[in-house]
Amino acid sequence: MKDKLYSKDLSLWYGKKQALKNVDFSFKDKSITAFIGPSGCGKSTYLRCFNRMNDLIATVNIEGEVVYNGIDINGKDADPVEIRKKIGMVFQQPNPLPKSIYENVAYGPKIAGIKKKKTLNDIVEKSLRKAAIWNEVKDELKKSALALSGGQQQRICLARTLAIEPEIILMDEPCSALDPIATAKIEQTMLDLKKDYTIVIVTHNIQQAARISDQTAFMLLGELVEHGTTKEMFEKPINTETSDYINGRYG
Amino acid sequence: MSKKNIEITVRCLLFLCSIISLMILVGIGYFLFKNGFSAFIENGLGNFIFGKTWNISKNVYGVYPLILGSLFVTTGSIIVSAPIGISVAIFMTDIATSDIKKIIGPCIELMAGIPSIVFGLVGMIFLVPLIRENFSPPGYSLIAAIIVLIVMTMPTIITLSEDSLRSVPRQYKEASYALGATKWQTVWNVTLPAAKSGIIGAVILGMGRAIGEAMAVYMVIGNAFKIPNSLFDPSRTLTSNIVGQIEEAALNSQHMHALFACGIILLIFVFLFNGISFKMRKVV
Amino acid sequence: MIKPQIAQKISSVLLWTITLLVVSSMLFIIVYTVLHGWRSLNMHFVFGSTITGGLMAPILGTLYLILLTLLFIFPLGVGTAIYLSEYAPENKFTKFTKFALKSLAGIPSIIYGLFGVAFFVVFIGHTCILAGALTMACLSLPYMVTSAEEALIGVPKTWREASYALGATKWETTWKIVIPAALPGIMTGVILCAGRVVAETAPLLATVGFSPFNPVSPLDGARTLALELFYLATEAPSTGGITRQDLITQAMGVAIILFIIIILMNMSVRWIGKKYSNEQYKIGR
Ligand SMILES: Nc1ncnc2c1ncn2[C@@H]1O[C@H](COP(=O)(O)OP(=O)(O)O)[C@@H](O)[C@H]1O
Ligand SMILES: [Mg+2]
Repeated sequence: MKDKLYSKDLSLWYGKKQALKNVDFSFKDKSITAFIGPSGCGKSTYLRCFNRMNDLIATVNIEGEVVYNGIDINGKDADPVEIRKKIGMVFQQPNPLPKSIYENVAYGPKIAGIKKKKTLNDIVEKSLRKAAIWNEVKDELKKSALALSGGQQQRICLARTLAIEPEIILMDEPCSALDPIATAKIEQTMLDLKKDYTIVIVTHNIQQAARISDQTAFMLLGELVEHGTTKEMFEKPINTETSDYINGRYG
Repeated sequence: MSKKNIEITVRCLLFLCSIISLMILVGIGYFLFKNGFSAFIENGLGNFIFGKTWNISKNVYGVYPLILGSLFVTTGSIIVSAPIGISVAIFMTDIATSDIKKIIGPCIELMAGIPSIVFGLVGMIFLVPLIRENFSPPGYSLIAAIIVLIVMTMPTIITLSEDSLRSVPRQYKEASYALGATKWQTVWNVTLPAAKSGIIGAVILGMGRAIGEAMAVYMVIGNAFKIPNSLFDPSRTLTSNIVGQIEEAALNSQHMHALFACGIILLIFVFLFNGISFKMRKVV
Repeated sequence: MIKPQIAQKISSVLLWTITLLVVSSMLFIIVYTVLHGWRSLNMHFVFGSTITGGLMAPILGTLYLILLTLLFIFPLGVGTAIYLSEYAPENKFTKFTKFALKSLAGIPSIIYGLFGVAFFVVFIGHTCILAGALTMACLSLPYMVTSAEEALIGVPKTWREASYALGATKWETTWKIVIPAALPGIMTGVILCAGRVVAETAPLLATVGFSPFNPVSPLDGARTLALELFYLATEAPSTGGITRQDLITQAMGVAIILFIIIILMNMSVRWIGKKYSNEQYKIGR
């Protein structure tokens, strides 16, 4: 395989409980891949394997490989900090830091060692523009990001992720806490970003997967049941469980 | 310095901090036992604990009256402060409106913040003469210490009992009300039994506070080294014994060792009370 | 059997009475102190030099002791709290440290007094502010750690995740996100510890000395307000012209000053708590 990002035989345990079972999957570059499946099936867990977010949970045990640019990111010499700069993440609940809008977006670049005010200003503006929120906040960059609406917060979080110039963006149900208008804005932004980034989105909203993704993968009880192009998956799913889920007959 | 090195340095520094914190406890234990055990050896453990003489010039030390004194003031005060404290806690959780809570809450908080020396002062200037003139001289007495401790343990018992009363699930109470029970019936039959072990834990922690209190007790108890015959007799506790002599005892003397041994016995009681209290309150 | 309605009435009245009794006993202590002590509170007494019967030395001594104690426990306590909440693996050592801190918090203050005498005073060679401050540092350390740890644990996990996801290291996350967010709680801990230094007497009896001169160096002897109160209340008048009654009035005056300090500290803790939670509320968390 020569794909940029793939997992091979990936299993994960929370203590004794197995949450991922031998998941093999490879991501297509510069496209949107959607993960769907009932809640608790392991979508978030799988996503968090790619930026080593599961390091933060003491009970987690991982077997198998997650390979990015030919390197096993769980390997001994892989540095989670470097990986997270290349593989960004947007969380389910908008989680702006308790700082101003500007500081939220500048946080990543500053951590990476950028000190020049001018450069930072440019990065902040560029990122906010890409996340389609520049016009709404450009006059109040000093305002606390926590004072914005949920939809705006989520786009700040997206801008913040773009500011560290990742190659891959992981999004864990980014719209589940948002209203339809805010959701539409985020979806449009994602479609715009697709030409420059590889986007992975977890969603429980099947229509959303159908609307925006190029590839779709269906998970159930920690296993990857079926995957393919979104068109195929929705028109002629092979697996009966997949078709039950897509047609809303599941649980 | 590279980021990796900073991480490692910071981790080491923080680890060092917690090692030092740990060393403090170890150090206290070490010094207490190093000095205190000498007293057990010098006097003989049995003679030290059950002896009834404390003679500095002859270097004979027995702490039986002190242990009794400590236990008397502790039980005496808790017998009164427990029912009162629990009542106030019930009042705060089930009767007081939020306006009244806003007044009484800070009062209790303030009460907890009053330095023990001030309780001692007021006890000494107000309570002691009162007892002397209305009951029996000299006024400096077991009962004076007990009364001071009743007031001092009150905030502990109130706040902790309140906590455990509050942690009783609302559904229990609602179920009781829905069956037509009055407020008092609900408190008596539902809330109190459900919070029982937490409340007992609170009371026992109050005992730990009472037995460990030094200054206020020292100022009102009279510090007579004898087993009191009545509540109006002066007496002495493990703590007030240390307060009275800590400044004069020479380092490494048998006298100092005896004071440390008092500390050990005191600590055994305190850990016993605190341990039981912790267990009881964790059950809830 | 008493009717439930009547039992309800009786219990209600009883609980009201008991509560009012407790609250009034506390008010009584305060009012009694103020009535007996206010006469002593004049410029000469409060700010006069201690050799001429003023409180300058104990006031300075108290401040000195607070600063020195905080100097020790702030880094040590916050460091320990950060280690325990952010870094510590879940192992025996961590458990034991937490247990040790809990035990330290339960030790009666007079025991710290004994420890201070046997260790710090011996180590330094004589009683002094430094010995007193080290003793108070041991006593208040568990409180500093506990309040800081609580504040750190209260910082939402999502903020940490956000920071990590942006490529921050553990320390960067702790330093730039977690500590600032926990600062109000940490400050509360600092005030709490300062309050203990003001209020405690037993650990200082035989560790700080009782020099009536204004302290200059940490190796000077000193007295605190609480200690001064103790001496005023328990010692016979030494100089002519001053009666025992005068000393009592002065002791009550010192008690009033202690009240004022304690109330101010309580208020600032409340103020911090309120401001903090308001801010949280405003930003809709
Ligand atoms: N921190 C955790 N500790 C233990 N079990 C967890 C943890 N996080 C998730 N799980 C379990 O792992 C399974 C997969 O969870 P998750 O990946 O969050 O599912 P999804 O995102 O598909 O809803 C669930 O059964 C969940 O209960
Ligand atoms: Mg999920």
